[in-house]
Amino acid sequence: MNFSGLIHDFGPLTVTGLAQGAIYALFALGYTLVYGVLRLINFAHSEVFIMGTFACLITWGFFGLDQNSAQPSVGGAIGYLLLGLAVAAVVSGLTALLVELVAYRPLRRRNAPPLAFLITAIGASTVISETIGVLTHHNPRGVPPMISTKPVVHFGNTDITGLQILMVVLALALMVLLEWFVGRTRLGRGIRAVAQSPDGAALMGVNKNRVISLVFLLGGLMAGVAAVMYVLKIGDTRYDQGFTLGIQAFTAAVLGGIGNLRGALVGGFLLGLVGNYGSGLFGTAWHDAVGFVILVVILMFRPTGLLGEALGKARA
Amino acid sequence: MRQGLVRALGGVAVLAVIAGSAACNSTKDTNSSSSGGKNCGYELAYFGALTGSSANLGVNIEQGAALAVEQYNTKNGKNCIVLKTFDSQGSEQVAPGVARQLVADTKIIGIIGPPFSGESQAADPTFDQAGIPMITPSATRPSLSTSNWKTFHRAVANDNAQGPAAANYIKSVLKAQKVFVADDQSAYGSGLANIVKSTLGPLVVGSDHTQGDGQQTDFSPTVTKIVSSGATAFFYGGYYQNAGLLRKQLTAQGWKGVEVAGDGVNDPGFSKAAGNAAAAGSIVTCPCAPASQAKGSFVADYKARWNQDAGTYSDVAFDAANFFLQGISAGNTTTTKLNNYINTNSYTGIANTYKFTSTGELDPSLLKVWAFKFQPDGTVAPDQEAPKS
Repeated sequence: MNFSGLIHDFGPLTVTGLAQGAIYALFALGYTLVYGVLRLINFAHSEVFIMGTFACLITWGFFGLDQNSAQPSVGGAIGYLLLGLAVAAVVSGLTALLVELVAYRPLRRRNAPPLAFLITAIGASTVISETIGVLTHHNPRGVPPMISTKPVVHFGNTDITGLQILMVVLALALMVLLEWFVGRTRLGRGIRAVAQSPDGAALMGVNKNRVISLVFLLGGLMAGVAAVMYVLKIGDTRYDQGFTLGIQAFTAAVLGGIGNLRGALVGGFLLGLVGNYGSGLFGTAWHDAVGFVILVVILMFRPTGLLGEALGKARA
Repeated sequence: MRQGLVRALGGVAVLAVIAGSAACNSTKDTNSSSSGGKNCGYELAYFGALTGSSANLGVNIEQGAALAVEQYNTKNGKNCIVLKTFDSQGSEQVAPGVARQLVADTKIIGIIGPPFSGESQAADPTFDQAGIPMITPSATRPSLSTSNWKTFHRAVANDNAQGPAAANYIKSVLKAQKVFVADDQSAYGSGLANIVKSTLGPLVVGSDHTQGDGQQTDFSPTVTKIVSSGATAFFYGGYYQNAGLLRKQLTAQGWKGVEVAGDGVNDPGFSKAAGNAAAAGSIVTCPCAPASQAKGSFVADYKARWNQDAGTYSDVAFDAANFFLQGISAGNTTTTKLNNYINTNSYTGIANTYKFTSTGELDPSLLKVWAFKFQPDGTVAPDQEAPKS
């Protein structure tokens, strides 16, 4: 164990851990939203995310941008970023909707047992991932430089880049927006109603299927934003990169309390930090193992996660 | 590099097994009768990929060997020695069947190949059982020489030679005083990294293990450690995907040192993941010398004969064939005699001098490892031979 290394690198590990945590958090929202309403783990969500990464990169590719292009001007970069975010969010959202329509809704209509949903989820995930793999010849796709890598804040041995700030701020902002949407709008009330009692909500005139579609769409939109952050931070994407990240994000969702929006955020940031600190202490090979040990320990004391399941129990 | 290969081979495997039974033994000579000169009428064989996704390397080798045989025949009579070709498609699944066809041809007394380690593992036992001497110009898996095959010979350094070479390059050429070493915990990657660590000794200021290819994409903890260690050189034992992402994320975090890696990173995928700008200047080692460095008129002869530049390992294949031909010319015209001949003699060719140890490896003093450098356009160009100390 390398305590001196951990203490020495505490600042940089915290900053990069929070940035990675922001990706986990937005990614985890998709799992949490769907689970909160349907009690279903949407395993295809990792591919919803990967669709976002490719959508963003292909869009930038239309403008001749690839991993070897020069850094665009500030104005250009903002334009490309907004466009990339919009396209990725829309594509991921539509993919999530499609998965819902094709893989889940027909089963729901026939009152299929939970096991059937599990296997169609895994099936949808495999189909999307392998299709992307075949279409991209299983090659990774590089990311053009967008945001200057020069640190904007510097103290001690800790450098913070613009991208890292942007990622954390964006995750927090979207979280607040989503909270407001679910808690304060009419559509959000529908979501909470279906989460609390699907049949009761239906009796009260809530269109259950529309609410469920909305939930998938929201999760997909968040995954699309996470996808853009991911490609900017990591530097490439490949058809199979969603799987491991999906497990991490799902862990984050459970850690914070699955079904709980704030829980996804807390779980995401916590997992990002814990993984990095564990990597500093034991070596990067232990990154994932440390995260899961923390998960088990927390679940031992708080079986419903840090903040508990709350989507359905929110104020009505 | 190897992983990509395996994946590609897996894809064609099913098809190949079906096609392989119908097999693919073709000889380039239409007239197989010998001209009847001294020690003529014998055959050598090229065994390896000529079709399939990994055919390029195989064709380099086949053309190098064919050039040697043609030049020999010019001096000793038309069709004195015939080179037969056996297409393994580079596949472990196809190789054993094609190997059985090869040994059925009793005129064949020497084999150039197989080029890849996987197909070697599958086919070499058949050749060994038949007692046919083989010289591989390119299969570098270390365990091939420890399988107790009496007829196995390797005309290049194996993977184990890359570790010391990379370390010596870091020490003597980059002159780095602080080196960070990481690996992906694979047999290949950690093996290399451990040798580099032990060779560099006190110059190593930190080390880390990442997860394997495809299991990790965020390397920020490793990047943090490298940056804060003050290292100016970073050795990564692993494959191109991880190595490329590490390079990109290191550059994004402002690290300006040089990344060095083994031949598993010698792939366009590295500069694709890192971006050409970040990849430029990165060093990869290869247990091979660039064919363009070959002595004599080989480079020009090859170009004239095949209308393309000599590729990786064509020079070594040329030498391997000539080693056999020298033995045949000296009257070693049975498999046993020819095997004894290359075991006990040395041969100086255009790429190297060849003298084999009892396990069929090159004498340690003859091992060559070259450093290749990623260029600003994303391609790889020879840099220099890695220093021996």
